[in-house]
Amino acid sequence: MYRYDEFDHAFVRQRVDQFRDQVSRRLSGELSEDEFKPLRLMNGLYLQLHAYMLRVAIPYGTLSSRQMRCLAHIARTYDKDYGHFTTRQNIQYNWPALKDVPDILMDLAAVEMHALQTSGNCIRNVTADQYAGAAADEIEDPRVWCEIIRQWSSLHPEFSFLPRKFKIAVTGAPNDRAAVAVHDIGLRMVRNEAGEVGFQVLVGGGQGRTPVIGSMIRAFLPKRYLLSYLEAILRVYNLLGRRDNIFKARIKILVQQVGAQVFADMVEDEWQHLKDGPVELPDGELERIQAYFAPPSFEPLPTLHAGFVEAKDRDPAFAAWARSNLADHREPGYAIVNLSLKPVGGVPGDATSAQMDTVADLADRFSLGEIRVSHEQNLILPHVRQKDLHSLWQELTAVGFATANIGLISDIIACPGLDYCSLANARSIPIAQQISTRFAELDRMHDIGELKVKISGCINACGHHHVGHIGILGVDKKGEEFYQITLGGDATETAELGRLVGPALPYDKVADAVETLVDTYLEHRQGGERFLDTYRRVGLQPFKEKLYATH
Amino acid sequence: MPKHVVTANRLIDGAVVYLTDCGGWSERIQDAIVADGKEADAALTAAADRAVADCIVVAPYLIDVDTAADSSVLRALRYRERIRSDGPSIHPEFAKNLKG
Amino acid sequence: MPLIKTSGAGTTASADVVADPWVSVGDDDPLPAAAPVIVSLTRWERDRDALLATGRPVGVRLASHQLATSIAGDLDHLALVALEFPTFRDGRAYSTARQLRERFGFKGELRAVGNVLRDQLLFMHRCGFDTFEIAHPDAAAAFAKALAEFTVFYQPATDQRTPAPRLRHLRSAAE
Ligand code: SF4
Repeated sequence: MYRYDEFDHAFVRQRVDQFRDQVSRRLSGELSEDEFKPLRLMNGLYLQLHAYMLRVAIPYGTLSSRQMRCLAHIARTYDKDYGHFTTRQNIQYNWPALKDVPDILMDLAAVEMHALQTSGNCIRNVTADQYAGAAADEIEDPRVWCEIIRQWSSLHPEFSFLPRKFKIAVTGAPNDRAAVAVHDIGLRMVRNEAGEVGFQVLVGGGQGRTPVIGSMIRAFLPKRYLLSYLEAILRVYNLLGRRDNIFKARIKILVQQVGAQVFADMVEDEWQHLKDGPVELPDGELERIQAYFAPPSFEPLPTLHAGFVEAKDRDPAFAAWARSNLADHREPGYAIVNLSLKPVGGVPGDATSAQMDTVADLADRFSLGEIRVSHEQNLILPHVRQKDLHSLWQELTAVGFATANIGLISDIIACPGLDYCSLANARSIPIAQQISTRFAELDRMHDIGELKVKISGCINACGHHHVGHIGILGVDKKGEEFYQITLGGDATETAELGRLVGPALPYDKVADAVETLVDTYLEHRQGGERFLDTYRRVGLQPFKEKLYATH
Repeated sequence: MPKHVVTANRLIDGAVVYLTDCGGWSERIQDAIVADGKEADAALTAAADRAVADCIVVAPYLIDVDTAADSSVLRALRYRERIRSDGPSIHPEFAKNLKG
Repeated sequence: MPLIKTSGAGTTASADVVADPWVSVGDDDPLPAAAPVIVSLTRWERDRDALLATGRPVGVRLASHQLATSIAGDLDHLALVALEFPTFRDGRAYSTARQLRERFGFKGELRAVGNVLRDQLLFMHRCGFDTFEIAHPDAAAAFAKALAEFTVFYQPATDQRTPAPRLRHLRSAAE
């Protein structure tokens, strides 16, 4: 993992001091709320429905056990003893007091964390594949570049007042787990014909009110040019993105308006003036950062541990968990372990301080001290020896993290919705709870197979509903909570936006509707088709007919 | 015309608060002073604006309350405001109106 | 409008209130005698030759949507470019400033006008601005303080502050 040097430490401390000064100016009345709001937002501090909400960045989803313990400490000391892992590799605290926030930020700084640029019209926390550095299918570890982008974008003097927020995601693997196609910039590490690794660059993807799949503007960018090329994209956007209408201010609207080719040409033109300039990394800096992401010292192990295989044969519950919650590791004898933050009937993404502490301990004992956070709101222990899996599973079961549902119907993404969010139209979390309770039965869940349900409480789409196999969007109909359902969305390398099935349904009909959709899929399913495959083959119509015949 | 109370968030800790009849702010909607009619609304809004200037609360606004059934029980009319007054629907243990 | 001018480079830069010799003139106002003038892009494009013929220093003020390319060819004739921040949220002038300095090599005075706040001063300074019209002269001390809030910078910009990656490089080269 990356470790701060003296520059990084000084920087975050200075940022905390600056914010402490801003908070005291606010509390003394020197700053009005209008003046203070943009300043607090630049430090991830919102005022939500019930209280302030602090959004802390977990850059590219990587945490050490020590950092996780600090997150637990903050929940316990300054909040109501829990935190919420979001869809953008952040953690949100829902109840901090304004007066405590500088102290919270100081505690975070001590473990090399911050809340910088988790809000505001700037380059936001850079996200990555949660399996980075561990995945079997990876070309290169994208976190090296995420860290480079994190540093370059931190208090960028030119790009801190963009037309709108700006999200960058990076994947180092062809199987896209970072949803790069629905980001303002999506970067895919690819190999060219000469075998060199570089970036395929997508721009103008996004969700929200106007969902768009990003357009590729460059098939191969040599790695060393990443910063100058990003700077060119951001400059074109900063100068030409719309500022007269907040709903049309994201880069996707600019790209649509001028066309992807013209946009690419404008970037190219600007890039000619930046390329090979001072923004490119000096010699040694890439190597310095790369060294922090060197693979940990893995033990030489056989590809398949016999005890692991036996345990699966012996224990069907363990076998089910292993089927859904493990992913292939790049090293023989290791596995990537997903900890489900989606217990049946639970709040997706929430964890108590005790749970966070337990995860930190388990990471120390089983995963070389490393933890990951996914945009699907789960936690990951990236480096677990196969021979430890059974004992780890038993311990996870005891703390409620072993629900065998990763990628299945109850592994639901849900935004905070009307229970917390001041922008919401409707609640998201209780809908997720109803669905996961409805499909609690493990065999049935596994029989249904991969099915991604994603729920947003309003059109801002923090719950990624546009790219859910089943997407659920809360809308307000004359003060009542209603929900629109979309089908066929996909956030991966085969990205697609979901299509609306029909009129919105009331709160108490949503779980029934999901059940009807699942039944329809099971009726039409052929062979080993996933929900998405069946949908793509048969189309919307059969689902629509069934849904509106019965409801 | 529904009656109104003023709600806001307390500056120092963000807590949801309601303007009370002694000019203070309470975390319980029960304690709120109820305005009936335009003039009373204006008086409450003015009091709230003073509290903003004094750095006590932020973003105050009037909400509709239901007093029809039983005037001793104050409830917000909109569902959003009920969640604000009662806490997240998924965390009944945080409900403020239950205590006291 | 009180005017702040920064002097010095990098982390030793300071900010002071200075007298403003420039006069802003409207598109149809008569020119004052001899004083240096700041005109809109419209007037510059219309009266360019007449303005230059007076022999005085001339500056152009760009609205935030007016691009650096609109005056790039004229920079040799301009002693000042003023860039507007209609609200502090409108960040276009940061990019325009950097283009003027870095791409088009503008060496004259680059002035920030409009909603210029202390919390953005460091960003502006880093993008190449050297004078700032502010609303209250008594805020000058706070502006000076804002310039010194950070000693670490991660990216190169127009200013002389050496970014952290370069410092690391220099340090390891020295070892
Ligand atoms: S999608 Fe809407 S309701 Fe949900 S968190 Fe985002 S803004 Fe709030």
